Amino acid sequence: MTDPGTDEAAHPQDEARQRRFDGMIAADERIEPRDWMPDAYRRTLIRQIAQHAHSEIIGMQPEGNWITRAPSLRRKAVLIAKVQDEAGHGLYLYSAAETLGVGRDELLDLLHQGRQRYSSIFNYPTVTWADVGAIGWLVDGAAITNQVPLCRCSYGPYARAMVRICKEESFHQRQGFDILYTLARGTDGQRRMAQESVDRWYWPSLMMFGPPDSESTHSEQSMAWNIKRFSNDELRQRFVDMIVPQAEALGLTLPDPALAWSAERGHYDFGTPDWDEFMQVLKGNGPCNRQRLEHRRTAHEEGAWVREAARAHAAKSRARERAAA
Amino acid sequence: MADQPLWEVFVRARRGLSHVHVGSLHAADAEHALRNARDLYTRRQEGVSVWVVPAAAISASAPEDKDAFFDPAEDKVYRHPTFYPVPEGVEHL
Amino acid sequence: MSGRENGSASAERDTALAAYALRLGDDALVASHRLAELAARGPQLEEDVALANISLDLLGQARSLLTYAGSLEERLTGVLRTEDDLAYLRDEDQFANCRLVELPNTDFAFTVARQFLFSAYQFELYTALAGSADGTLAGIAGKAVKEVAYHRDHASGWTVRLGDGTEESSERMAAALEAAWPYTGELFASDPVFRAVAGAGFGADPPELRPAWDAFVDGVLAEAGLARPEVPPITGPAGMGGRQGVHTEAFGYLLAEMQHLHRSHPGAAW
Repeated sequence: MTDPGTDEAAHPQDEARQRRFDGMIAADERIEPRDWMPDAYRRTLIRQIAQHAHSEIIGMQPEGNWITRAPSLRRKAVLIAKVQDEAGHGLYLYSAAETLGVGRDELLDLLHQGRQRYSSIFNYPTVTWADVGAIGWLVDGAAITNQVPLCRCSYGPYARAMVRICKEESFHQRQGFDILYTLARGTDGQRRMAQESVDRWYWPSLMMFGPPDSESTHSEQSMAWNIKRFSNDELRQRFVDMIVPQAEALGLTLPDPALAWSAERGHYDFGTPDWDEFMQVLKGNGPCNRQRLEHRRTAHEEGAWVREAARAHAAKSRARERAAA
Repeated sequence: MADQPLWEVFVRARRGLSHVHVGSLHAADAEHALRNARDLYTRRQEGVSVWVVPAAAISASAPEDKDAFFDPAEDKVYRHPTFYPVPEGVEHL
Repeated sequence: MSGRENGSASAERDTALAAYALRLGDDALVASHRLAELAARGPQLEEDVALANISLDLLGQARSLLTYAGSLEERLTGVLRTEDDLAYLRDEDQFANCRLVELPNTDFAFTVARQFLFSAYQFELYTALAGSADGTLAGIAGKAVKEVAYHRDHASGWTVRLGDGTEESSERMAAALEAAWPYTGELFASDPVFRAVAGAGFGADPPELRPAWDAFVDGVLAEAGLARPEVPPITGPAGMGGRQGVHTEAFGYLLAEMQHLHRSHPGAAW
């Protein structure tokens, strides 16, 4: 990443533009697509929005895994709607990325080639129905904690997409909580299923906020640009403070022996996630990394002839219209 | 999709309001774009009417032109209702 | 509606009406399930969203129809089966859906073909049912016909796009239509249940829906540059098919997947 203050401001005209841009950021104004912006700002946004969009569409898989087995028709309808929302959120975000001058097909290619990331959480498997609940409650809960501040992000199209997404996401978290709540009050088998699932998803959900601030590479610059508003550790704390009382309401425990209220800090203390595991999953060695990408690539490749046909039909129709005119 | 053009989508939330830009999508032709827009941007009954416009057909003012484009309106204060003092006691004007 | 004038006649009608609602509900349930299998597998994201919409509409119809079938049955037997009891606790031979909707998604062209032929049928069906003498069915159909008009439009659009598109898409679409076509005969076959509900003004006798379906399908095929398949309808053992609970081999797997979790926890609430 280059420092926008040096190379790009060399030109006198660029210097004026840079000042204008800095002024808008300082005034907490929104940057819009046709505004001049430093290359590094543009690249950072493309990387972050793309990763976010990829996460939405890869995230369809672990939950989609349970649609055909959903245990009641009501749950099935809710789950279809939820997975559909994720496709929609992916589309909102790709559309925001496209305002920065990069095509969705390019971004998808980068995803398929493994050159852009998606949230590592989706590399964990959904092995029981309760996982659909845990994903809604913990994973979507962590995502919302991350995303609400993004509604005020300095880049207009991204901020607007996030407003839409956050509105829709709150339903996701509630339905997840509701699944676990029902299981926790159900048969012994259901209760065990719920607890076992929360035990598996708790730590990965804490990792969703990224490495500790002391080791986070992109944080500082993103904060300066008003892309990021709070640090990884601040958001992680906020999340833990939110889920502890919710776990009590569920009647389920969180698998963290260090969890305790600190009157002094006014926050819950909690343990340290296994960052080695985090790095391993990030590197591609998680339980489902290969499977998720393979699934995505297959859908894309198998759809190639369909997209081609739609294009060919549109071209033929235009030609026919011209001939008739 | 590089080959499926980009369409900008505008939704009228309810009668009496104008169409508002909500985002974009890809489709091979206008008819397909309209259907996709309906599916994507009105999943929660957000609209009563949808427009799709080829993104390539939109001409936009450059932000750098802002001064030339928008400042002339700055001195036309008579366009704004607050320009007119309202005598005390007159309401609903 | 019934039940006061002549006990046995009205019981007979309720029996037929319950069986009828179950057939319609099973059609919608299974059609929805096949589409839901495609979540995160569409040819492009926009299509993932569209297929999910259709699947959700069909599931909504299924829930209304199964709930209604269950309540009619309760009037006759005194035992209530909920939508979930009917969806999850019946065995294969108790499902009364047509076989067309249970055919697997072999490729996108086949999904389109199945959905095109089925939604064109559902459109005629619900149009007729919107005027049903049975208020509940009329209400369900009145809402559903708007949804299905969109499904039919969506599938017709793709039939034309694929038929007209490239050589490959046209071949795939033609092959898909040919594979699905033999199962359309069942959509328009009559039997005593259909005749009973039609006679009472509650439902439609399937053969009556055929001319309008033919005209619509032929119109779209002509626009798509596709020939109407010349393949005879598939038969069943002793003339039995989906309506009588004799299904394709693929259907058992669909049910096994759909029902296993629910059945693994008898009596549990979800």
